[in-house]
Amino acid sequence: MSEKLHISGAEAVIRCLLAEGVDLIYGYPGGAIMPVYDELYKFQDQLNHVLTRHEQGATHAAQGYARTSGKVGVAVATSGPGATNLITGIADAQIDSTPLVCITGQVAAHLLGSDAFQETDIIGISTPVTKWNYQITRAEEIPEIMAKAFYIARSGRPGPVLIDITKDAQFATFDYSYKKCTGVRSYRAVPKLDQAQVEAAAAAINGAKKPLIVWGQGVILGEAEAAFKAFVEKTQIPAVWTILGLSALETDHPLNKGMVGMHGNYAPNLLTQECDVLIAIGMRFDDRVTGRLDAYAKQAKVVHLEIDPAEINKNVHADYPVLANCKESLEALTPLIETKKLDTWMARFDELYAKEYEAVIEKDLKPSKEGLTMGEVMVEINKASKSDAVIVTDVGQHQMVACRYASFVRSKSNVTSGGLGTMGFALPAAIGAKMGAPDRHVVAVIGDGGYQMTIQELGTIFQTGVGVKIVVLNNNFLGMVRQWQQLFFDKRYASTEMTNPDFVTIAKGYHIPAKKVTDREDLAGAVEEMLATEGPYFLEVVVEKEDNVFPMIPTGASLTEIRLN
Amino acid sequence: MSTELTRYTISIYSENNVGLLNRISAIFLKRHINIESLTTSLSEIPDVFRFVIVVIVTEPQVQKLVQQIEKQVDVIKAFYHTDEETIFLETALYKVKTNFLFEERQIQNYIKESHASIVTVAPEYFVIEKTGFRHETDKLREQLAPFGLLQFVRSGRISVSKAPMGISEILNSFKENLT
Repeated sequence: MSEKLHISGAEAVIRCLLAEGVDLIYGYPGGAIMPVYDELYKFQDQLNHVLTRHEQGATHAAQGYARTSGKVGVAVATSGPGATNLITGIADAQIDSTPLVCITGQVAAHLLGSDAFQETDIIGISTPVTKWNYQITRAEEIPEIMAKAFYIARSGRPGPVLIDITKDAQFATFDYSYKKCTGVRSYRAVPKLDQAQVEAAAAAINGAKKPLIVWGQGVILGEAEAAFKAFVEKTQIPAVWTILGLSALETDHPLNKGMVGMHGNYAPNLLTQECDVLIAIGMRFDDRVTGRLDAYAKQAKVVHLEIDPAEINKNVHADYPVLANCKESLEALTPLIETKKLDTWMARFDELYAKEYEAVIEKDLKPSKEGLTMGEVMVEINKASKSDAVIVTDVGQHQMVACRYASFVRSKSNVTSGGLGTMGFALPAAIGAKMGAPDRHVVAVIGDGGYQMTIQELGTIFQTGVGVKIVVLNNNFLGMVRQWQQLFFDKRYASTEMTNPDFVTIAKGYHIPAKKVTDREDLAGAVEEMLATEGPYFLEVVVEKEDNVFPMIPTGASLTEIRLN
Repeated sequence: MSTELTRYTISIYSENNVGLLNRISAIFLKRHINIESLTTSLSEIPDVFRFVIVVIVTEPQVQKLVQQIEKQVDVIKAFYHTDEETIFLETALYKVKTNFLFEERQIQNYIKESHASIVTVAPEYFVIEKTGFRHETDKLREQLAPFGLLQFVRSGRISVSKAPMGISEILNSFKENLT
């Protein structure tokens, strides 16, 4: 279906977005992108533009939208500072494989390189943090490049694409027609599944006595949740997750044994060091997951199901790589696996869980001390939402606690900044997450530090009325850094204590209903009230000032050195 | 796999797009790896460009570099080879004052011995060209240095692999992807 129209480049940009099924974009106008905004005005009944309060918010919102909807998120900004403000979100999307198309305006082509007003080399700046980028200087290029941008962003291992369009190309008119991109000559989005690799992996798994599955976001990005669950249930192998894999399998599934990594569960980390076959599915062996690399799972043969060939042997040697979309590889693998009784091995998980429960979990969830814990807040959110909320987290202690204790019954429910660890992510990401899953509760759990990095997005929430529930866990500290200062820097709390404003007053200034909880007896009621309230809601929970997150594997230590206190 | 520092030649077949050089060099920059030499040119296939990059790294490092390079959308294929696996050359130009050519018999001997050639002779200067291995162009440079080299420049390495690279086959298999 191609249409012949003589239109401007700016109008072509809008028509390309519509042709790609986009009905919602995030952005901030400015000089070099004004022709596109002028067209947006004309198309506002078909394309909803959400005005964020900062361009960083636009990229994070687009990320949140992509993560809950599974679609490509779109962010628009002007040249110069508008474009550079997108970079943090783009870098976050690159390392967490989130499909984004970012569109920036650029000075007119004849001014390129002249240090014109608001000119910046955004192609140069964004190159290391984009999957692909391109500068359009002629209107005629727009349809093909936009089609390619969407194809590249969403195909294979997804990622952010930036398209920079000079202002003259937005004004110029041309004969427009649109053709969807179905392939790029130099780019193989998904490797062809090799049956020999599948058989080798199956043989290794069938020979295992103490197998362990570690899954990551690849299961979610590959829409492989059902295939993954079938694999786990057929094999009866205990499965553990990275934080970006969280929610792909329901929390209370008997084979879901918890989280790996620096603040992950005790059993998954210790038993990584005991398993004989480690089955990694759609994950990339981040250093927060592996701890000291030369001591990581050395006893195990590694099966690695992965879509990105560059991840094979990058950090951990794969004895049995299987290159493909993990949905395809899991569907090929499952029929070849024999069901095993792994009672003794499974009992090890229960035994170590009991230890962790006693040393950590009980104190986190059922504290006997006066101060509120972050963990008990998560318990109330689980209860009030029946474990069916989208939980959006920022970065730090609250993030680790939320990932450890949030419970989920559905995939695409955990939105967090994993690889980049971007403070300020959660508030704008929650806006997008809610718009991507409008029928679900979306609860942003944020620390008092990260909240203030993008607090201006309260304006976006107010203006759009988007029903985001905001929970700030306030300990008046940059808690994770303070925890490290306590453990590794002799309690020298350099610049981690925060003198905070009255958050409730600020929320009320944006006409957002708000409440502050300091006592345990008020917590459950406040969380219920928050979820029962139509539209946005702000809840501040004052938590214990100097609580630490455990278990913990110190940086550079091996998983075996995991500490419970 | 060898963890000794070794000189590797990385050959990249790619589209010819503005910005690709930046994207490729960023992969080295991110890993704090210095590029010894870099050459870009047409390849044997119309519309396909070729980069030849020389680095001194370990084999695990060069493998990961090549994986990251191949991952780039506009890159068709990348390879790495040791010196033994390639035929490679560099070209150097030497600009010297013309009077030395006639007054210093030794210069003519150097040119003859090194199989260099004279590209041009002008009243003020003449230019010698030498193509060969690094140590050969270096030697001639040392020999000419006492006469006051006016200018010296050497190209990056150009290299062909002894084993076939099969780019046409790869491109054909990519075409099957394009429906």
